Amino acid sequence: MSSATVARPRPGPRRGRIRIGRFTLNLRDRDTVIYLALAIGALAFPTVADFVTGGAGGSIVLLAADAGVYVLLALGLNVVVGFAGLLDLGYAAFFAIGAYTYALMASGALFHTPLHHAIHIPFWLLLVVGVMIAATAGALLGAPTLRLRGDYLAIVTLGFGEIVPRVFRNAGDWTGGINGLSALDNPVLPYWVDGPWAGVGEQFGIVKDLIFSVANPTAWYVLMLILVGISVVMLNNLRKSRLGRAWMAIREDETAAQAMGINTVSTKLLAFAMGAATSGFAGCFYGAKLSLVSPENFQFQVSITILVMIVLGGMGSMPGVIVGSLTVYLILFKILPDAPNQVHSLLATTGFTAIDQPTGDWPGLGEFVSRLKFLLFGLILVTTMLLRPGGLIPSRAEIDVERAAKETSALGLEGAQG
Amino acid sequence: MDGSPAGTTQDSALAEKAEEVEDPAAIAARDQAWTEGLMAVRAGMVGNRWVRLLRWLVLGVVIVVLLLMARNIATHSQPLAYFLQTIVYGLGSGSLYALIALGYTMVYGIIELINFAHADVVTFGGFISLSVVTAFGFKEGVVNGPLILLALVPITAGTMLVCGLLNITIERVAYRPLRNAPRVSPLITAAGMSFVLEGLMFLWKGPVNNHYPDLIPTGQLTLIGTTVRIKDAVVVVLALLLVLALDTFVTKSKLGKAMRATAQDRDAASLMGIDINRTIAATFFIGAVLAGFAGTMYGLYFGNIVFDLGFATGLVAFTAAVLGGIGNIRGAALGGLCIGMFEAFWNSYFVSAWTQVMIFVILTLVLLFRPAGLLGMRVPDRT
Repeated sequence: MSSATVARPRPGPRRGRIRIGRFTLNLRDRDTVIYLALAIGALAFPTVADFVTGGAGGSIVLLAADAGVYVLLALGLNVVVGFAGLLDLGYAAFFAIGAYTYALMASGALFHTPLHHAIHIPFWLLLVVGVMIAATAGALLGAPTLRLRGDYLAIVTLGFGEIVPRVFRNAGDWTGGINGLSALDNPVLPYWVDGPWAGVGEQFGIVKDLIFSVANPTAWYVLMLILVGISVVMLNNLRKSRLGRAWMAIREDETAAQAMGINTVSTKLLAFAMGAATSGFAGCFYGAKLSLVSPENFQFQVSITILVMIVLGGMGSMPGVIVGSLTVYLILFKILPDAPNQVHSLLATTGFTAIDQPTGDWPGLGEFVSRLKFLLFGLILVTTMLLRPGGLIPSRAEIDVERAAKETSALGLEGAQG
Repeated sequence: MDGSPAGTTQDSALAEKAEEVEDPAAIAARDQAWTEGLMAVRAGMVGNRWVRLLRWLVLGVVIVVLLLMARNIATHSQPLAYFLQTIVYGLGSGSLYALIALGYTMVYGIIELINFAHADVVTFGGFISLSVVTAFGFKEGVVNGPLILLALVPITAGTMLVCGLLNITIERVAYRPLRNAPRVSPLITAAGMSFVLEGLMFLWKGPVNNHYPDLIPTGQLTLIGTTVRIKDAVVVVLALLLVLALDTFVTKSKLGKAMRATAQDRDAASLMGIDINRTIAATFFIGAVLAGFAGTMYGLYFGNIVFDLGFATGLVAFTAAVLGGIGNIRGAALGGLCIGMFEAFWNSYFVSAWTQVMIFVILTLVLLFRPAGLLGMRVPDRT
């Protein structure tokens, strides 16, 4: 091409753009709009919940904080499955590793082990430690399988996800066995957060308001918002970085990526490590908030729930994953558990109580509805893959591929791509 | 190779000169060297001192475990009887694993898909035959002796047929539309299908452990302190017969030939006039027929069945398929027996809580060091 210059419009503030210092928000960009809406919704949520329920929004806010755990997990799995295209069916294992890291290092648990010495590391430090340990576990798991094809990775991760909780259950000396570990430390904000103007031993402002206990759901909620915010910013930057582009190249065509000089083994290992890192975050938060960690909380169901979340939302699309995880969480932990009671009361008011009585194999309609979970999971996975493989909010790459395919077929060039 | 299509002499001379510089043979040689080098890199054969070290380490650990097992076997109070009894148990569950592994290996062999739903088809078969059995009111002791065969044979055959049709439907609805989609899509669909089946069975029977009546005539043979029940013999013999029949079918029949051709190269097979869709559907049907049989036998043999049985069993059976060499029918049978044996021995001589963990370790080790499996002809693509 010769150096023919095309008259370009002068760079400057364009329509639909808001500039805040160095940052520009493009209101015409779909993702930006979704992020903005989510951020505003998340900030307004506690107030709105309190207002709607007449001052009793605490339980909903607590539930929302738990939903954040799943958002973090889904964001992490999205790195592995969505960005790098490696199917991980045992993601709950890393979640378990993060949670057990917190449980062992921030409670009296280690006193009852052969170590005979309890460790109480502050939550804030353990967040970092948990992330690093989970990332190391991810890399270690990935190492033996990354030279094999994706299918094998799926089955090995499936096995790993099955084995890790089993190991935690069997290694009772260290992990409390089937009962798990309880009475874990709550996070505590250090006094100096309030600044030097707070007198010695006095607390007011932030430290007084953000006491992490069951009685104060807002504290957990705010903490979770911060964690999700950090993860979104970090993962989004990662997605746009050289590493992120390498992941997507591997996803599209591994051989071609290798020919372009991408070290596929280390890139895939990093995908595993980065994906696992977020679950370290989630695990620490989960352990601290529940103050209890037991092997039953990290079964295969958790892994498949997270997979359902990202498949529904759109693999590789971060706003999609957030929306998908919130949707699935709402169905799974709010609508389905409430369903039996709703059905009971509905049937009681309409007089059809007969179909609510368990007879033989029939468990009664209310119970029946609450048993729909597995079927729902399966149907979401299958129908999304068949009908809308990009998910609810497809990633941009997916849209581009579809558009290109449409253009190719419009030109009558289908034969050319085979 | 004809000359250049150039019109003028100058052009053809230029082309000749170009050919001189870029000798086709040299290009081909360079291409080949490049491809081989790339393949070597991909196969991970370059510069792997650590892998070799790890290999010796793993071998050492395996030998230590085997020695420990030998010590435990030798120091048992009734060494011979206990040992033989363990073998009997291992054969029983091993032949069931072999039957399930066949379904995985056949489907993987032909379309390179891990059919996660396969083990749930097995459970489904068990549930179908269980409900027929209870619908007819068969219980332990109601009908005894050879007469029960009159009931069991048609029930099992019907179950096998239903499972076959179910699997064909699954393939048609869920897998066929995605045959040319990105690799991860059919895998996710397969996992989803597994959950659909589990969900249906959960709705059907709930989370409880369903008792399966022990219909095979009770009776046993005791040799050197070892009990062999009739059902042990039945399961092993029937499974063996089925494997032999399948092997003969795949090697001798025309459809079997079509299957092997499709597995080797789908496009070429299609050009040779093989109906690919029909062949793949047939593969799913046969796999599921065996699954239906395995499900019924599982119920009869172990006496209970639960909706999420397929999850753990499937993982073990897939390990068996990989151990035997995926895509290889005799390998799957051998792998199933080996895994069954291993499980029985580990349960008998070590702590049973760690059995699943050990089977997973086997899977990882096989994938690491011998991805082709024991009898494998097909090395899983290294990519």
